[in-house]
Amino acid sequence: MDARFVPLFVIIPLASAFLIPLFAKLWQRSADLIANAVGAVLAGLSVYGALSLFTGSQVLVYRLGGWHPSLGITLAYDHLTALVVLAVNIVGLCALLFAVRYLDHYTGRWKFYALFMLILVGLNGVSVTGDMFNLFVFTEIAAVSSYALVAFGTDFDELEAGFKYMVIGEIGGAAILLAIALLYAKASTLNMAVVSQVMAGFGRTPLFWLIVAMFLVGFAIKMAMVPFHAWLPDAHPSAPAPVSALLSGVFIKVLGVYAMSRVMFNVFGLSRANAAGFFNLLIGFGVLSIVAGGLLAYAQKDYKRLLAYSSISQIGYILIGLGIGNYWGIVGALFHILAHALGKGLLFLTAGSVEHATGTRDLDRLSGLEKRMPATAWSYLLGSLSLAGVPPFAGFFSKFFIIVGALSADMYWLAILAALFSTVTLGYLVKVANRAFFARRDREPTAAREAPAVMVVAMLGLLVLTIVLGVGFKPVVDRLVGPAANVLLQGLGYAQGILGM
Amino acid sequence: MRGMSPVVQVIARLLAGLLFLFGTYIVMHGHLTPGGGFAGGVLVAAAFILMSLAFGSVEHTERNSYTLSSVVESLGGVLFVCLALAGYVAVAYFFQNAATYGTGTPLKLISGGMILPANIAIGIKVGAGLFAVFLALGASRFVMKD
Repeated sequence: MDARFVPLFVIIPLASAFLIPLFAKLWQRSADLIANAVGAVLAGLSVYGALSLFTGSQVLVYRLGGWHPSLGITLAYDHLTALVVLAVNIVGLCALLFAVRYLDHYTGRWKFYALFMLILVGLNGVSVTGDMFNLFVFTEIAAVSSYALVAFGTDFDELEAGFKYMVIGEIGGAAILLAIALLYAKASTLNMAVVSQVMAGFGRTPLFWLIVAMFLVGFAIKMAMVPFHAWLPDAHPSAPAPVSALLSGVFIKVLGVYAMSRVMFNVFGLSRANAAGFFNLLIGFGVLSIVAGGLLAYAQKDYKRLLAYSSISQIGYILIGLGIGNYWGIVGALFHILAHALGKGLLFLTAGSVEHATGTRDLDRLSGLEKRMPATAWSYLLGSLSLAGVPPFAGFFSKFFIIVGALSADMYWLAILAALFSTVTLGYLVKVANRAFFARRDREPTAAREAPAVMVVAMLGLLVLTIVLGVGFKPVVDRLVGPAANVLLQGLGYAQGILGM
Repeated sequence: MRGMSPVVQVIARLLAGLLFLFGTYIVMHGHLTPGGGFAGGVLVAAAFILMSLAFGSVEHTERNSYTLSSVVESLGGVLFVCLALAGYVAVAYFFQNAATYGTGTPLKLISGGMILPANIAIGIKVGAGLFAVFLALGASRFVMKD
């Protein structure tokens, strides 16, 4: 299979990030057109990429500049990459579509799109790269653009959230950079495949665990697992809604979960069999995130802040899935990346739609929006059912697989906890529905009009995909998520796929 | 911004040209000597920053400089991506040296294939970008309004 399409995931948004400011000087609205066209092309390309893996090849390797892997940067496209890239670009497309009208009450439209394109560069780059330092660079490209976008409204709260996010995020970035420096000192190469071969012959010394710990801290901050989550509940609500959808939907998973699992499983070769302590630690953090995130979400009065805490809680599910470490646990975790990307992306878009229509996110000041904004209300209700794990939506199957994984690993208490806390998820999501969408006896329905057609299309697109992913879970698991889980489970076998070309 | 005293202005006027020349030299000889697009671009930006600090400026010239430098910065970025794409289209790989392989030949400016134009593109981007950052920081009180 030809791997020539792989660098396009980075080239296209990068080139458009520079072209958008130029064309916007000539015609302001050209930014909308370019950004949405790029979003559509990237989404199409990611579908093409996923389909091209169906023909049987395990990994597509692309050598940047034609250099040999030990010298140059390689890009690798396997099932895990395909899954993550698919989530990024589909949520990205819907968010861009939503932004066309949502940005009406912001200024500097082209700046938004240029930064958004740079986030896509970073996320796609992290997903496709096979090089350690490249991973760091793309992480920072995405992170720095997101700092600016969180503060995009330039009010006091937004600037404060952006600054806090930047300080904490850079501590994580510094930890990752330090870990890469230590790794380079030990392995004398930065190519992931070559590094993993060197690490295979390197004992489990204190230095090894120091490197693992530095990576874990760095990625833990990027994925906002408890107790590294302090930035997220401020940052995600402050960003414009399309950006919140991208940040909560895919950003924390690509920079945190995907990058961590790629490094831990495929580069360091950790598995439940040889590093049970590490995996128990993941489960511990996962449980902490589920419990703390879920309970804190209950207490929120701000629509988007509640969703942000919910993201922390859902990251916990992904973590325990990875921590269980067997096939079904990892399938559940990866399926939850998809399900949560679509579901949480959708919920943040509905929050944007409500804010656009009423000018507030305060749940105490909203009421009875279901009559005035039926499309938004039903998108919210069905999306939240998916996140809470109600069949036949996508969220049910991811939690189901995680529970199956826990049961087959004899972790009964974990299975019970996961099931119990999906009712908590349902609880806090219903709270929003009760306050904002259903009529309340003690107060008049809030005056509002349904969101513009483009925004409704963006929300319905994500809703349809959530339902399709749920109903058609079988082929998705067989063709995409299952092979992606096997990529992680093969551990150091990853290197052979890359170097064996 | 207010300008500085005539002493500073005279010295700055003498220095700025040399700085600009030196920056351009570093950019152009990136494939032969230490330095390259980034280092040279910083020097070029320093020349502009020196002049605007010494002579001061008024709002509308700062606005115009900001617009111009952000446009030039984007052009530098586009140029760089185009050069990288040339390798992708003409040979096989993104960033492949489309003209010739090999490093630069000492004392020969036109060598090393695409490294020289790529350095120039980076120099343009960094120089204009840093100057735009300087203007945005110094003049955020009115630049941010649009």
